[in-house]
Amino acid sequence: MTADTTYKVPTMAEMAANGEEPEVLFWVGCAGSFDDRYKKVTVAFVKILNQVGVKFAVLGTEESCTGDPARRAGNEFLFQMQAVGNIQVLNGYGVKKIVTACPHCFNTLKNEYPELGGQYEVIHHSQFLQQLIDAGKITLKGGGTFKGRRITFHDSCYLGRANKVYEAPREVLQTLDADLVEMKRCRTKGLCCGAGGAQYFKEPEPGRKDINVERTEEALATGADTIAVACPFCMTMMTDGVKNKDREDSVKVYDLAELVAQAYSL
Amino acid sequence: MVFFEQILFVLALAAAGWFLTRRIGLIRRAILLGRPEDRSDHPGERLNIMLRVAFGQKKMMTKPLVGLMHFVIYLGFIIINIEVLEIILDGIFGTHRLFAPYLGGVYPFIINTFEILALGVLLVCVGFLARRYVAKVARFQPERHREMGRWPRTDATLILVFEILLMTAFLTWNASDSLLRERGFGHYGELRGTVGSFVVSRFIEPLLSGLGDPGLVAVERFTWWFHILGILGFAVYLTYSKHLHIGLAFPNTYYSDLRPKGQIKNMPEITKEVQLALGIPGADPTEPPAEPGRFGAKDVRDLSWKNLMDAYSCTECGRCTAACPANLTGKKLSPRKIMMDTRDRLEDLQRGWQKTGPDFDDGKSLLGDYITAEEINACTTCQACVQECPVNINPLDIIQQLRRYRIMEEAQAPGSWNAMFSNIENNMAPWKFSPSDRFNWADQLKQ
Ligand code: SF4
Ligand code: SF4
Repeated sequence: MTADTTYKVPTMAEMAANGEEPEVLFWVGCAGSFDDRYKKVTVAFVKILNQVGVKFAVLGTEESCTGDPARRAGNEFLFQMQAVGNIQVLNGYGVKKIVTACPHCFNTLKNEYPELGGQYEVIHHSQFLQQLIDAGKITLKGGGTFKGRRITFHDSCYLGRANKVYEAPREVLQTLDADLVEMKRCRTKGLCCGAGGAQYFKEPEPGRKDINVERTEEALATGADTIAVACPFCMTMMTDGVKNKDREDSVKVYDLAELVAQAYSL
Repeated sequence: MVFFEQILFVLALAAAGWFLTRRIGLIRRAILLGRPEDRSDHPGERLNIMLRVAFGQKKMMTKPLVGLMHFVIYLGFIIINIEVLEIILDGIFGTHRLFAPYLGGVYPFIINTFEILALGVLLVCVGFLARRYVAKVARFQPERHREMGRWPRTDATLILVFEILLMTAFLTWNASDSLLRERGFGHYGELRGTVGSFVVSRFIEPLLSGLGDPGLVAVERFTWWFHILGILGFAVYLTYSKHLHIGLAFPNTYYSDLRPKGQIKNMPEITKEVQLALGIPGADPTEPPAEPGRFGAKDVRDLSWKNLMDAYSCTECGRCTAACPANLTGKKLSPRKIMMDTRDRLEDLQRGWQKTGPDFDDGKSLLGDYITAEEINACTTCQACVQECPVNINPLDIIQQLRRYRIMEEAQAPGSWNAMFSNIENNMAPWKFSPSDRFNWADQLKQ
């Protein structure tokens, strides 16, 4: 595949108009749609989907916030307005399988929509990437860009503890042929980046320290030059943390999809 | 004399039984103050969790040394209680080592096992005291954690000292009894030949062997009474202490939350309103709205009974707080404090009931008078507390319900949350972007 290839991003509406059905709906999420940094992740993931030839679609402008931050802040009414609206759209298209790069969307769609009438098979992009690797659809040649580099993976609460997805992102990273190092607190004991529970949308309460700084110090202590994340909010928090520590020149924060795309030179 | 002791013993037993029953009744009533919640599903899975987490202490083993130490106390507690059965029967019937003649050669073996466990418990209790006062493990220190104030600290210390005393009494009793038996003194001598010295208490015997028969009998009687009265007192004391988890850990783990940790409890009463608002079929507008109850929780009555059982089961170990990102970085939130506050609120209500009857109302509430908005607002819903709790308590569930009350009943959200709410409402995203720009990210790809 050459660099000037154009990529396809079909919408559900277009597919439905052509009487087609995608294998999987890519739920982009608000951060993936609007946050400048995470848009790059969305793009990277779409490139991978194109590359391996998965028949996918997005909702485009028909997508709407899942309501996760509203629910966690305590605004159940707003959450359910969002959820019920989204479920109408999803059910209207007869969506069966969803993949998303946001653990918050993942958790909400997977665990919280069924009670409101939305039953889908929902997977996180780390699991999706792992499945592609297992199926041999993505083969990363060893000795590539990552050889000899140190990567540490930051567990997102809504991927890890919330849904027990600990190994998929690690297995994806393992294929990069880099040196995967763990932080002191990882997997079930992984420390939050500080964004969850709608904290991202307000100033923290008074305290000694910001949570993302605490977590970043732990990540830096591993000596890794790359902090891998799998969540848009962790991405921002860790990036800010690295800046806070004046290490943005030597330490980069990337999403799994970006790392895979890099390995592919997409 | 024996007859007199028997009467005294039965009276003590009855008194302990009465206090205990009354306390259990009150605690039960306090727990049932909570809203109903069905936790009767998946009995097999629940039993399995109870066996692993409460009986097998699975979650304690994540810290192997402390886990092992705790296991010794736990084992000691369960197994030495078998001996208590004999002691109680002896007390009632005025007998002495009632089981010995029936069990023959097995009897010394059993008592030796008890003694080894008793020694283990004793040493572990000393170790635990050292962890609190010498090694000063951070999560127990009041300087770091304001909920570990005077009473919780005293409670923990009292229990440990008490267990040390009880175990010492048990071993000393065995030692004095063995000496009297060897001397063939009175009824003690009846078992001479069948039962010898015991494995641990034989090392205490030399300390007592200088005493004459009456002195030895005095030691034997004193330690016997001290041990059994201590145990009865301990049983009643437990119900006021964090050590209630000895009993409640079992039902509390049985009724564990089986949902994925990230899943927040749904509010069906809101779904109907939402469906009506969006004009969605399925909601019947003629049906009267569900009982107008409050949204979220302001006081313990608004929480579910399981939240309240959680509060009574809390061991105050602080594993939750030690893992809490908010607490770690100096915020006021402490999941342990959330649980202790909930229990304190229930205990205050109980005291009120006893004073002024079941209509007691002090005008206070859990949110506001015990737990502040600053605390609950600091939670990142990371579920580390839920993950860490050795008895499967869910502090996050309480925090979430208090937040709902703050937002939906009091409309007291921090300003930037209100902005986020209105963005979601108007722009379908938590930020102020136009919904029509939502798909612009794809432009560069499609060129
Ligand atoms: S869920 Fe909230 S209370 Fe529990 S550990 Fe995380 S931040 Fe602390
Ligand atoms: S809630 Fe659980 S982890 Fe926290 S102090 Fe209580 S028993 Fe310990």
